[in-house]
Amino acid sequence: MKFGVIVFPGSNCDHDAYHVISKHVGQPVDFIWHRDTDLTSFDAVIIPGGFSYGDYLRAGALARFSPVMNEVKKFANAGRIVLGICNGFQILCEAGLLPGALIRNRELHFICEHVCVRLETSDTPFTWQVNPGAVLRLPIAHADGNYVCDHATLDELRREERIVFRYCDQQGNVTEKANLNGSLDNIAGICNRERNVLGLMPHPERACEELLGSSDGRGIFRSLAATLAAAAA
Amino acid sequence: MKAKVYVNLKPGILDPQGKAIHHSVELLGFKGIADIRQGKYFEIAIDSSVGEDQAREAIGRMARDVLSNPIIEDYRVEIEA
Repeated sequence: MKFGVIVFPGSNCDHDAYHVISKHVGQPVDFIWHRDTDLTSFDAVIIPGGFSYGDYLRAGALARFSPVMNEVKKFANAGRIVLGICNGFQILCEAGLLPGALIRNRELHFICEHVCVRLETSDTPFTWQVNPGAVLRLPIAHADGNYVCDHATLDELRREERIVFRYCDQQGNVTEKANLNGSLDNIAGICNRERNVLGLMPHPERACEELLGSSDGRGIFRSLAATLAAAAA
Repeated sequence: MKAKVYVNLKPGILDPQGKAIHHSVELLGFKGIADIRQGKYFEIAIDSSVGEDQAREAIGRMARDVLSNPIIEDYRVEIEA
């Protein structure tokens, strides 16, 4: 199975994602320049964190017009795996592959710290090897992570169990205090209806080694690898 | 010809920047300011070869598809001869 990590001008977590796939997942991985338009050799695509196009206009707004994004849409619509982390989540929302939008954090600050998120559903190819309700300690680093959507969309996300991660306290309680960026319903990550596209603001790829303060992100990559291995078998 | 595009957060969408500006304005002593919402303003110069109807259509599309995010923002287009 082969992973691709998309690189936009301004991506800065591309190497982190690459490192995790090659070292912890132990699978081949290549960078995909944003002007490339051939994804046929890949089984999963990661849109990494960073500040694509300097966050000009809106976070993720300009990256969505890069040539590779048309291919990512086809890739996603074909049911293949797409993971958007932080800026990648913002790009997926701007591109319409996930509903809603990410606006400026409630308190305006750029927030860079480890937070707790609760896994709300194991029913995704990204989370099926982690128990629902598990509290993961993952770093966040963003200024625009405040998730918003309209009431109908929120109802749909809840009904279809597409809210994958919620900000919570260390005990797993979803509280307003734990909701550092002000996201609607404490939403930290969601998936599409088909469940093959996941976007989240926290950085699981920066939480795969104890040396970095947490290895709670490994379950996500373990699930992903097992999904692809099962598909290939 | 020039197009002006105004993009604002929809009513009900939190505008923390507008709130912070409002707070500073009050600290400076301005009275009676009920609310401040921050938006974006674009000035777009259009070639003289483009007709007004054509410009209006193109700028409208641009405002909808690029300059604004319809989930969180509204836009308004003005065309000046």
